[in-house]
Amino acid sequence: MAAHSRLHDPHAAEVAHQFEDPEQQREADSLGMWTFLVTEIMFFGALFAAYVIYRSLYPAAFETGSHLLEVKFGATNTAVLICSSLTMVLAIYCAQTGKSKSAIITFLVLTMLLGAAFIGIKLHFEWFHDYSEGLVPGINFNLAKYGSGVELFMVFYFFMTGLHALHMVIGLGILTVLVVMTARGRFSPRYYAPLDISGLYWHFVDIIWIFLFPLLYLIGGRYTHGGH
Amino acid sequence: MSEHIVPVKTYLAVFVSLILLTALTTWVAYIDLGPFNTVAALVIAVTKMLLVVLFFMHVKYSSGMTKIVIIAGVFWLAILITLTMADEMTRVWTPDPGPWSSPSVLLPFVSRLL
Amino acid sequence: MSTAVVEPQHVPSGSQVNYLNATYGIKSWLLTTDHKRIALLYLASITLMFFVGGTAAVLMRLHLIEPQGALVQPETYNKLFSIHGIVMVFFFLVPSIPATLGNFLVPLMIGARDLAFPRINLLSWYIYITGALLVLYAILTGGVDTGWTFYTPYSSTYSHTHVIAAALGVFITGFSSILTGLNFIVTIHKMRAPGMTWFRMPLFLWAMYATSVIFILGTPVIAITIFLLGLERILHVGIFDPAIGGDPLLFQHLFWFYSHPAVYIMILPGMGVISELVTCFSKKRIFGYSFVAFSSMAIAVISFVVWGHHMFVTGQSIYTGLVFSVLSFLVAIPSAVKVFNWTATLYKGSISYDAPMLYALGFIGLFTMGGLTGLFLASLATDVHLNGTYFIVAHFHYIMVGGAVMAYLGGIHFWWPKITGRLYPDLWARIAAVIIFFGFNLTFFPQFMLGYLGMPRRYAVYPAEFQVLNVMSSAGASILGIGYLIPLIYLIWSMRYGPIAGPNPWGAKGLEWQTPSPPPTENFEEIPVVTEEPYNYPGTEVPVRG
Repeated sequence: MAAHSRLHDPHAAEVAHQFEDPEQQREADSLGMWTFLVTEIMFFGALFAAYVIYRSLYPAAFETGSHLLEVKFGATNTAVLICSSLTMVLAIYCAQTGKSKSAIITFLVLTMLLGAAFIGIKLHFEWFHDYSEGLVPGINFNLAKYGSGVELFMVFYFFMTGLHALHMVIGLGILTVLVVMTARGRFSPRYYAPLDISGLYWHFVDIIWIFLFPLLYLIGGRYTHGGH
Repeated sequence: MSEHIVPVKTYLAVFVSLILLTALTTWVAYIDLGPFNTVAALVIAVTKMLLVVLFFMHVKYSSGMTKIVIIAGVFWLAILITLTMADEMTRVWTPDPGPWSSPSVLLPFVSRLL
Repeated sequence: MSTAVVEPQHVPSGSQVNYLNATYGIKSWLLTTDHKRIALLYLASITLMFFVGGTAAVLMRLHLIEPQGALVQPETYNKLFSIHGIVMVFFFLVPSIPATLGNFLVPLMIGARDLAFPRINLLSWYIYITGALLVLYAILTGGVDTGWTFYTPYSSTYSHTHVIAAALGVFITGFSSILTGLNFIVTIHKMRAPGMTWFRMPLFLWAMYATSVIFILGTPVIAITIFLLGLERILHVGIFDPAIGGDPLLFQHLFWFYSHPAVYIMILPGMGVISELVTCFSKKRIFGYSFVAFSSMAIAVISFVVWGHHMFVTGQSIYTGLVFSVLSFLVAIPSAVKVFNWTATLYKGSISYDAPMLYALGFIGLFTMGGLTGLFLASLATDVHLNGTYFIVAHFHYIMVGGAVMAYLGGIHFWWPKITGRLYPDLWARIAAVIIFFGFNLTFFPQFMLGYLGMPRRYAVYPAEFQVLNVMSSAGASILGIGYLIPLIYLIWSMRYGPIAGPNPWGAKGLEWQTPSPPPTENFEEIPVVTEEPYNYPGTEVPVRG
């Protein structure tokens, strides 16, 4: 993406040579990021489509599989990501209103910490736990105990949340780059485009999770079990 | 993305709404609504998405082009899901074809035409 | 004789510094961000892949001279048609015009100095190369035999060939297309020269834009599909394997959701080229500019709702089949609109038969034939008989080879002076065009008959009564192969020995002809201002729109 690549050219003027003025560059960067997000909608969307098909074909198995996930971790992670989206917009707000570099960096780092917390909760409390329960397809799935329908659910669960987590990790990389750029004084109320378009990416990853949480964790409701 | 600066109050209001909606969707899951559990979950998810898109991603203050791009993406995903589901759901409507010797359903009509 | 003009025109070409010689050394090419150099990097790579895919085709046609097969084992034959399909579709046709002519021309035609994201452009080439190397590795270590369509459960469960390597190669190269499409969309939206409104753009740009929309919306879906296929092959969990509860038709839905629009990715750029060729070599404004422009967009949109016509006989619901059949008839309409408009442009034009025009005229005829035969396939009842036969093979080769490849060659020839600053030998170019046209028809027309008579496709053997037609087809393939080698030779020759070309040897309209041949790295000394409608050839001008 444009924000990432410009870092490797520290002598780049604010306007790249192919653009006539900063306004054109900003609009191009923005449209570029939105177009990229459309490709991401179709990318995740294809997975959602396959998921929808199989959920309608195997509703009982998918419900069983869903109940093997812990709602409290899913809900907590949803809240964590929402907080990180807030800190992200606040970082941009600071740049827009000319706040100090350290203000921007504080919010960026908070975003990163929340993102890291999300991944930490996922890895440690969820995936590691799933591994110890014999729920990971291809590695140690307990077919005799759970059946192939639940195994299919788990394939979707791990693939969709794994792809999402990969996007989060990439996001953390982008945020790191942004912290460095901020520290070098690259941003001001006149120029903060990389923050803005990286924010778009971050919010998009948040939106994916907003759908993953109910679709994976809350299938068929949880009223048949006690509080979780 | 635009030069419009959204006030912090708006961001905080959106943030609180998102947290409340998350709590709501979790809470509703523990209530038996039958098939409406899924509907409720999706409605809440779409609402949360709209809040993020319109305010955090500034689309409320963006050009029409941005809105068209987003709608196109969502619409195309809808095409994929709808037409694929149309096949999956209606495959069972057609009975398995019988052997050639069994009389055609249309034979009475055809013979009347001839 | 060629109508190309050799003397320089009013655009100063005194300075010999252009994008080719501005910097030297292999690093200046491998690390370039100049869209014109990247276009040449792509040109070299896809030419190589074309001959890889072509070799597979030659071997197949040699094998099919005998009803019991003349050359290879059936297992090898299966690998040959798979490699031919995978290489030709994903590594030649999909990137051909967009990544070479598109990359070179979009900034020039639009009056910009480069694409919106030059470094992403270079990245897209490296991604392409990575995917291509993986597929070449798969070929060299034993090949893949699933067909380019990778249908499950054969590809996921039963095939013992290098499915994952080949599929991974396709997966990776898909991202190259996505980045190219993204670049074009942003460039066309945001970087048009002053005065260049949407309806003053050359139709090639409309075609590139429509193609890019398909790149963006379709390619990510096949990426996930291939990933799921790989998962199924490794994990055996029943994503697509019916024995464990999976749905093989789901694979087909996801696969064709991209792959049908992909065929429009392969033809739309060619249509854009034809619009440019037909106007220049009739010295006439295009008939019905807005119709041609809108039909490109209509094709891009409608192409996404017809994919089920590839699945009429695989077990899809009849009701969905009905819907897809009707929509498939609909998608033929914008293509027909284009053919009518090109023909009307030719009418009373001042026609010259240079090589690019020969390719364009061939395109119009052959694409029409290919398109019309598509209607037999869109119709449910006839498709039951024709599906899985050589009729289908002939149908898509008429469009892909008779259409897309001829448009590609026509475009390469037309813009060759601009790209290289040299003219190619005109007589050899026309001879090659005629040989290709003749060889093509001899190869593929008999295949319509074979298909109608019932010869199945993807079979290594066939009943003896089909031999005559098969031999005719193979003879045609040999001629076609020679026909393709001839331009390879003289085009390379011309880069060193061809006469120097001026800025506008064809006397064509368009901003790309307002710069020297070859253009300087920055394309224009000053960004041009557009004041007239496109294709304003003398005697056919239209007044400036409001």
